[in-house]
Amino acid sequence: MSEILNDETKKVLVEPLVTNNPITLQVLGICSALAVTSQMSTSLIMALALTLVTACSSAAISAIRNHIPSSIRIIVQMTIIASLVIVVDQLLKAFAYDVSKQLSVFVGLIITNCIVMGRAEAYAMKNPPLESFMDGIGNGAGYSLILITVAFFRETLGSGKLLGIEVFKLTKDGGWYDPNGLMLLPPSAFFIIGLIIWGVRQWKPNQREAVEFKIMPIAHGEGGHH
Amino acid sequence: MENYISLFVKAVFIENLALSFFLGMCTFIAVSKKISTAMGLGIAVMVVQAITVPANNIVYHALLKEDALSWLGIKGVDLSFLALLSCIGMIAALVQILEMILDKFFPALYHALGIFLPLITVNCAILGGSLFMIERDYNLGESVTYGVGSGLGWALAITVMAGVREKLKYSDIPAGLQGLGITFITAGLMSLGFMAFSGIQL
Repeated sequence: MSEILNDETKKVLVEPLVTNNPITLQVLGICSALAVTSQMSTSLIMALALTLVTACSSAAISAIRNHIPSSIRIIVQMTIIASLVIVVDQLLKAFAYDVSKQLSVFVGLIITNCIVMGRAEAYAMKNPPLESFMDGIGNGAGYSLILITVAFFRETLGSGKLLGIEVFKLTKDGGWYDPNGLMLLPPSAFFIIGLIIWGVRQWKPNQREAVEFKIMPIAHGEGGHH
Repeated sequence: MENYISLFVKAVFIENLALSFFLGMCTFIAVSKKISTAMGLGIAVMVVQAITVPANNIVYHALLKEDALSWLGIKGVDLSFLALLSCIGMIAALVQILEMILDKFFPALYHALGIFLPLITVNCAILGGSLFMIERDYNLGESVTYGVGSGLGWALAITVMAGVREKLKYSDIPAGLQGLGITFITAGLMSLGFMAFSGIQL
């Protein structure tokens, strides 16, 4: 194992999980991430699909990186990514038709998911295929981590279930839990991600953003220290 | 006619691309710091959306749909799996052409939009609009309405967001929530506001 997992590979695999997470720090790939998180099953499929596409496209782009003229590189990357997404889309339609109906356009939107393009542009164009593949897996995992966390809260609090299995017994079935309908609606995804970002930045203060406009304490000292 | 008006209102408010489908979120969050730039980007998205959705509609109905090639005498061919590739290719090509036309005939507008135009190719709202058009099987007239409406809705959302963020920088926000965190919460509250439209029956 040790010769496969050298330091660089380990770094690209582990760093995107928290220290350089694509969603909470690089602000990439939020677009299609939020809409699929009202259920755990769709989020898992989506996370898997995106990880696969990112890893494979990074590896493919990196393999031909020395042959792509830089003026048309975006269109070349786009074509590779789009072809991979078509494969994923067709596989889902063939083997998991219900999930593919629920995900609707969001599988197709993996093409414009900034994580895929971002990693291709930022990492795969400069590094050999194996590392790029690992980098894709790592960033896919970072994305999946956030997606699964959000889906966990939204599905358990919103419908008292996890992966369709009852966790909290609902009041309408004679149990004790009254589901929070807001969790199934789009706004809750924003709130949860916002809170996750707050949590991560509380834990890792170096990720905090600089204050644009400093608020001065009140002249007579009542405002306390800011 | 009523059909088109209701589709338009639905595309702008009820099914707002940014706030109820989360499309174009990356740019929505990244470029909403100032009202003027947000508005420029919003207008660019609207123009591109109004052109690409009908264009993709024509391509889809004339070439890709099941039996669409029958006008060439080819029967029973279903190329709809190529829709993703053709949509993104179409968008990239049209954005490029639009950029060249603007550069040649409207240089002032070209410089105002500048960096935003190429970025629009990878904006999920644009591809999302075309994919929704295919999924919901709109005809040409509907797709023009939907393109303009959804683009306007996105532009509206990002402009309002920029307005809120311009004021937000004077607020005393906990250090960890500063920047990205509070932006997400704000977007959530706005999305909650837009949910108020959802009960409207048209």
